[in-house]
Amino acid sequence: MTLETFLSEKKPAIAEKWFHLILATYPADTSNFLKNQKDRFTNPVGHTIHQGIEEILDELIHVVDIGKVSPFLDSILRVRAVQDFTPSQAVSFIFSLKSVIREELEGDKNFAVSPGELRELDSRIDSLALASFDIFERCREKLYEIKANELRRMTFRLVQRANELGGEPDAESPPERKQ
Amino acid sequence: MATKVTTPKPDQLVTSIDFTPPKTGWMDTPTIIKPGTFCWGAKGKNLATVEFPNARDWNPSDQDWKLPENWQEIFLKGMEDLLGKYRSFKVFMDICVRCGACADKCHFFIGSGDPKNMPVGRAELLRSVYRKYFTASGKMLGKVAGARELTVDVLKELWYYAYQCTECRRCSLYCPYGIDTAEITIMCREMLNLLGLNTDWISGPVANCYMKGNHLGLEPHAIMNSIEGMIDDIETVTGVRVNPSFNRKGAEILFVTPSGDLFADPGTFTCMGYLALFHELGLDYTWSTYASEGGNFGFFTSNEMAKRLNSKIYAEAKRLGVKYIIGGECGHMWRVLHQYMDTWNGPADFLEVPVSPITGTRFDTAKVLKMIHITEFTADLIKHGKLKLDPSRNDDLVVTYHDSCNTSRGMGLLDEPRYVIKSVCNNFYEMPENTIREQTFCCGSGTGLNASENMELRMRGGFPRANAVKHVKEKHGVNMLANICAIDRATLSASMDYWVPGVRVTGVHEMVANALIMKGEKERETNLRGEPLPGKEGN
Repeated sequence: MTLETFLSEKKPAIAEKWFHLILATYPADTSNFLKNQKDRFTNPVGHTIHQGIEEILDELIHVVDIGKVSPFLDSILRVRAVQDFTPSQAVSFIFSLKSVIREELEGDKNFAVSPGELRELDSRIDSLALASFDIFERCREKLYEIKANELRRMTFRLVQRANELGGEPDAESPPERKQ
Repeated sequence: MATKVTTPKPDQLVTSIDFTPPKTGWMDTPTIIKPGTFCWGAKGKNLATVEFPNARDWNPSDQDWKLPENWQEIFLKGMEDLLGKYRSFKVFMDICVRCGACADKCHFFIGSGDPKNMPVGRAELLRSVYRKYFTASGKMLGKVAGARELTVDVLKELWYYAYQCTECRRCSLYCPYGIDTAEITIMCREMLNLLGLNTDWISGPVANCYMKGNHLGLEPHAIMNSIEGMIDDIETVTGVRVNPSFNRKGAEILFVTPSGDLFADPGTFTCMGYLALFHELGLDYTWSTYASEGGNFGFFTSNEMAKRLNSKIYAEAKRLGVKYIIGGECGHMWRVLHQYMDTWNGPADFLEVPVSPITGTRFDTAKVLKMIHITEFTADLIKHGKLKLDPSRNDDLVVTYHDSCNTSRGMGLLDEPRYVIKSVCNNFYEMPENTIREQTFCCGSGTGLNASENMELRMRGGFPRANAVKHVKEKHGVNMLANICAIDRATLSASMDYWVPGVRVTGVHEMVANALIMKGEKERETNLRGEPLPGKEGN
């Protein structure tokens, strides 16, 4: 059996354990809600995390194509980027996957993973972590951009009108007019 | 012999990190006031303008909030007064059985995961103080009875969470006892105001509104100038020059809208929509540069302040001698008008029951208030076939509708906006049932939380709504989020930008004016935003 086959077989168990570990980063009352409320519109955070990790695992088991996996990392990190987490806490969930997979490997006596395969898997998880830092940073930058755009939107008409009356050239269009 | 130092293996490091938060009870879990979640403190000059007590500059991130020496006495006296004045407040403090029905209904809890943002948790912050000072069990048993001392840290916690509730009342909808958590927040903010603990984003507009008539502090010439700019833009798009009047005595109708429509995109396009529609109808109406604000940030401050700011609407209607009032697309403005204005500043016995001069429809639902919502007015026009519409001009739009909390839960205005949208657009899709109408999710930025410095908080609160928008975007290709609220128009733009890029935000009357075939208009090439109409892209 290869590690790939092993991970494919164990995917539901890995996803479940990983999901619970991620939810454990929230206060107890919250993690119960995130775990048990199944309606995706009542529990968008739980749903987003659950769906995201399923897709991330699918990619991880085979070959990690960062381009393909980014949207799923993004959906989770976009949420965590505005919650009460430091940057390291926000991306920590990627590293917890290492311990989840090791537990599964240790619990299965019929399969012995080769050091080479394990090293390669760790490297794939590390590449997910690196991509996560980039995505997290982009989300935070987006927040600052939104703040700046909002201020421009609020004052755009005033500036435009003042410039028109003063004979100045048109104020630069606000962001949505460029779309 | 030296002890051998061992370096932990990576596996050991990974498994030794515990990200689990401490399992302490809520009373023992300290609240940390974090940047990104709170609005700046009120400026002393703005509080002084409206003669509020303990006016001073202060900063929530400072350790010292410059509280008056007897702050605890002031707060508790304020609480005693409110408990005596409002039976509902006392009942809401006493009757919660912590069934948890409200817990997962709050957009801030859903988006933040902070248990103190469960409506029951947020209310418990204040209830614990109530028990300590106003119930026998709390006085005697203290923490066992769920009571706690009002310390400076408790006061800061109350402030922090009173400004993490948008008073949207979604939780109240599910409470078997009908506890209105919004009222608990309203009371808490009123008590905090006794200590000067308001926010800059609320107290600034309140002071402006008190002095100039609107939140932005626009003086008459600035209002008229802004509308003149819109008149030019409407003429450019339609070839028709509309001609509104200002402060005109003897007009049949006074029109009042939130001042956000006058300057902030995309509200300005909604405002152009009103102007174009009223012109096309030949409506005998006037704008007022005095009653130039439909919104009421006083409502997020204290009952008395809300009443003072609201008083100008009836006063101006009386001064101008109009028959009745039409109100523009706004959310909390309508909660205030619908549920408070008559009690505060009525009876409006000098006005008449609104009757549409175009259709003859008598709006008996407004026979006390004498003020109707513009979507009621427009829906009636469309129902009677009084508007020539070309919905295909909006064919580039795939629209969904966000019910503003205040117009849906606050006044039951559910079907009129949808009827208008479906009449002017060919592509309309509803969001899932448990996210619309009475169950609508808040934009996450109401009640004066629409500042920029608390953007993380806004994004958390806006996530449940955005998540439903994302769903209809993926399923139906929705690219436009319509609403009838000025705060929604401003804040959902930011929320979409973060959560669902590619979906823009519009007021309903912007789409009405785009579809409206006006008498004497030129062949239209663009919509009100100056973008090419469908089929005219190459021109």
